[in-house]
Amino acid sequence: MLRYILSRLLSLCLSLIAASVVIFGVIEVIPGDPAAFMLGLNATDANIAALRAELGLDGTVVARYWGWVSGMMTGDFGISYTYRVSVSDLILDRIWISLPLAIYALILSTLIAFPIGLIAASARGTLADYGIMGGTQLGIAVPNFWFAMLLVLLFAVNLRWFSAGGFAGWDNPAAAVKSLTLPAIALALPQASILARVMRSALLDTLGQDYIRTARAKGLTRRQAVLRHALRNAMIPVLTIIGLQFSFLLAGAIIIENVFFLPGLGRLIFQGITQRDLIVVESVTMLLVFAVILVTFLVDIAYAAVDPRLRRR
Amino acid sequence: MIRVDRLSLAIHGTPILRDVSLSIPKGQIFGLVGESGSGKSMTALSLMQLLPAGAKATGHALLDDTDLLTRTEAQMCGLRGNDLGMIFQEPMTALNPVQTIGDQVAETLLIHGESSRAAARKIARDRLDRVGLQHVAMDRYPHELSGGQRQRVCIAAAVALSPRLLIADEPTTALDVTTQAQILDLLRDLVARDGMSLLLITHDLAVVANMADHVAVMQRGEIVEQGPTADVLRLQRHPYTRGLFAASAHQPDRVTTPRPDVLLSVENVIRTYPGPRTGFTRAAPIAAVDDVSFQLHKGESLGLVGESGCGKSTLTRAILGLDPIQSGAISAFGHPVTPQMPNTVRAGIQVVFQDPYGSFNPRWRVEKLVAEPFHLLPERPRDARDRVADALAAVGLSADDMHKYPHEFSGGQRQRIAIARALITHPRILVLDEAVSALDVSIRAQILDLLADLQNRLHLSYLFISHDLTVVRSITDRVLVMQAGKIVEQGETEQVFTAPAHPYTQSLLAAAPSLDTIMERSDATLV
Repeated sequence: MLRYILSRLLSLCLSLIAASVVIFGVIEVIPGDPAAFMLGLNATDANIAALRAELGLDGTVVARYWGWVSGMMTGDFGISYTYRVSVSDLILDRIWISLPLAIYALILSTLIAFPIGLIAASARGTLADYGIMGGTQLGIAVPNFWFAMLLVLLFAVNLRWFSAGGFAGWDNPAAAVKSLTLPAIALALPQASILARVMRSALLDTLGQDYIRTARAKGLTRRQAVLRHALRNAMIPVLTIIGLQFSFLLAGAIIIENVFFLPGLGRLIFQGITQRDLIVVESVTMLLVFAVILVTFLVDIAYAAVDPRLRRR
Repeated sequence: MIRVDRLSLAIHGTPILRDVSLSIPKGQIFGLVGESGSGKSMTALSLMQLLPAGAKATGHALLDDTDLLTRTEAQMCGLRGNDLGMIFQEPMTALNPVQTIGDQVAETLLIHGESSRAAARKIARDRLDRVGLQHVAMDRYPHELSGGQRQRVCIAAAVALSPRLLIADEPTTALDVTTQAQILDLLRDLVARDGMSLLLITHDLAVVANMADHVAVMQRGEIVEQGPTADVLRLQRHPYTRGLFAASAHQPDRVTTPRPDVLLSVENVIRTYPGPRTGFTRAAPIAAVDDVSFQLHKGESLGLVGESGCGKSTLTRAILGLDPIQSGAISAFGHPVTPQMPNTVRAGIQVVFQDPYGSFNPRWRVEKLVAEPFHLLPERPRDARDRVADALAAVGLSADDMHKYPHEFSGGQRQRIAIARALITHPRILVLDEAVSALDVSIRAQILDLLADLQNRLHLSYLFISHDLTVVRSITDRVLVMQAGKIVEQGETEQVFTAPAHPYTQSLLAAAPSLDTIMERSDATLV
């Protein structure tokens, strides 16, 4: 088990190094001078020279890469060109919205998906199964921003239970959670639909296995066989999807953040791109890559916890 | 005491069982034999009430005074595991891979009212000891155990509460002969000690002959003959029973005499796999094939026998030029056999595998399937379609069959298609890797006849790999016995079977249930 964790950890470190090289490389290979690119067509030579110095573009490639990486390791992500504040402060402000939103949405999606996936698999071929399958089809097909607007119309405009957008801040946790609720639901529903379908098919696969028949021959009821034997065996594909979904929710909430006027990471990176603020783009991308790799690592560990056959490797 | 009275079963209106009646006294073993699809397993599942959706059973199945067919599902859950135990054919998949074996045995006890987990585990330990797993810890997972050990765990879970009836559905079919003998001994012992009844379902006449007090022969959902085992086996009143016996002991008509020309030569071959990783280093490599040498002559049929894991498949892959070897040399028709060998050499060695279901692409028509090896030839023959028709005719199928898909054929017919595919490039060597192992005895007899006939006509050389000693004896001239990667004995087939020299060969032959010896014994007791 320890060796399995160490090998996953090693792969995590190698992935991070590879990702940092690629991100740094992309900025490097942008044709021409990054400083000139950032300043646009009307920049003066003096301005470009000043920005070059500020960006640290004067040293060798290796020195610059090392400067960037070692800076990030100590929490120094550089100074944003457009905001004129340190990038780490920008990220810190926004991660307190994006991370809770992603976790909130993931919890909702899991809470919705597990029971309905279970019901659909246990009641295969019945009206309940067809109903759930049809509903999840709709959940995948409907774009989440449109769904978000419907939520706003119903709960904010008509019922006035929630505000239509904005973020209340963590000073008042209840209000903060409340302002994240509609966005989390909008994010969670398509994800829950996907997860429920994966759950259903994984469960149906395991329900056809010989050990389910053995369990029934021991006197377990159908429900006991599902809960005690099928569920844990169906977890591997489900965990894989949950891991992918978390990564998506963290970085991919950009449209929902715009619908609800939430100043999250998605909006930050979007603004960074439109304003050619390469320092922000570079750093936020690296941070998101780190989060994705970390989640992958945690999912790998969860695999081993679920399946003893993986622990030996 | 269990009494089944006029049990009939239909699934979605299709009749599966017709008026099945049998009774098993306490402490006796009842053998149910028949070929696949005869309704043996459905009879068992009717007793357990674990039938597929859409099944409707009529008649009676009395366990003492309880009619199992009229019980509700909740009542059946109380009976299963408690009064009725069942074990299945495939021990490799019958256990939950993510639960320890101790928990899986203890579960039977917990489900049926044992209150504390600790007490259940204590009893589970005792049951595991009773099935011969004294040295296996409770917290082991199924993947850490061998097939035989896993079947013992299944048995421990099934008999944990000393059921009145144990149903064993092909319990040893997936196991090696020596393991089979041990599992059968264990079952016999449990019946004797606990006084339970055992319903033993098998396709293998020799297994029932050796085990059962009573035997019933099933065909197409009906019991065609039943009675005390010795009577049924000796008198063989029903033609189907006689047919089964004839097919089991079938001796194909072979007239080929091998010639001295060596077609395939294997010299001191060693095939190793990297050892398991320990930290950042690896353990010493494992030799799956260890210094193996033999020759295959023109027109000869050479058997290769051994238990699973002995290296048969690894050796086969090397001979087919699929895997590299680490030392030694293999040559066919004077050319070295390696993964890089030219296709013309490859076309000369073709193979037929065990599984007639898994070895075809289900979306291809037979014509395309059979013609596939043509890619080994320098160019596709102009008369490709005629040659496919010829190959199909050679294996007893019609030319029209080339327009069909594999699922339209039975298992035996599919194995004929596999042989046609192997013959299409006119090979000189045919490797038959457990090619008849998945077939019923009557189909197996037909395929063996076909192989003998093809050899007579085309002077093919066979390398016949099988765990089934009876089959190897009937179709080979010489035999190699393999154990732990080494050939421990080789010689003329009759010589090896009648006077085995190596202790391993002796133990294999002793463990294999043989109808002949059983019949001799029962004749002796009757006289």
